[in-house]
Amino acid sequence: MATTSTSTGDIKKTKSVEVKKKLNVLIVDDDTVIRKLHENIIKSIGGISQTAKNGEEAVNIHRDGNASFDLILMDKEMPERDGLSKLREMKVTSMIIGVTTLADNEEERKAFMEAGLNHCLAKPLSKAKILPLINNLMDA
Amino acid sequence: MQRQVALIKQSLFDQGYLDEQFIELEELQDDANPNFVEEVATLYFKDSARLISNIEQALERGSFDFNRLDNYMHQFKGSSTSIGASKVKTECTMFREYCRVGNAEGFLTIPYLRRVQMFEDFQATEERARNVEKEA
Repeated sequence: MATTSTSTGDIKKTKSVEVKKKLNVLIVDDDTVIRKLHENIIKSIGGISQTAKNGEEAVNIHRDGNASFDLILMDKEMPERDGLSKLREMKVTSMIIGVTTLADNEEERKAFMEAGLNHCLAKPLSKAKILPLINNLMDA
Repeated sequence: MQRQVALIKQSLFDQGYLDEQFIELEELQDDANPNFVEEVATLYFKDSARLISNIEQALERGSFDFNRLDNYMHQFKGSSTSIGASKVKTECTMFREYCRVGNAEGFLTIPYLRRVQMFEDFQATEERARNVEKEA
């Protein structure tokens, strides 16, 4: 079932909006509240998720090789290393979306993309922000 | 009863304690996740209590480690932004500015008042949210 939403305020509570394919997402964030929020956002759009508290955990999850992720949602403002460069070294093919307060800063966006991100989204994340982006990236 | 809850909630928005991000949380609550808002709020209060305790301890030591304080504030601001705790988010932003410029004197005077205000705002938000829970 799918309806479209044009902006954050227009989401209808009674209808669910889902991605076109069931996604497996790795959520990398050092904040428990944000991990829970992102988990639920992914669930609400029909995906499943696993979480990591930092880059090291994210890298270890990939090293274990038990899971393959369509998408990695990565907090770009963690005090510890977020693992992006390591994940790219490991030739991880997942799409990686950085979540940051600096998403609107053109220079920072460029730096993030050059570092290996596929896209940036501004904090705080919402269903309305992520759903169109995921569908566009999946179509590409 | 539901009307009372709605009025309390509206007053939290009107007084700037909550912003539209809280509505996003409510939108995520459904039959599959009937207690989502309560779960997130509980996590937030638990985590925030820990952060505030760390901040208080750091301030009591007297010699300010601005990097550490800024790190705590960054965390607090991040989770406050995600839950829609608008006033707390604003106070965290101000605190971070003082940390960035290493303004120890300012930290002790006006920021102290802001610091107290932030904690009071946080406690007020927590208390009101718990009242909303009890009423519901």
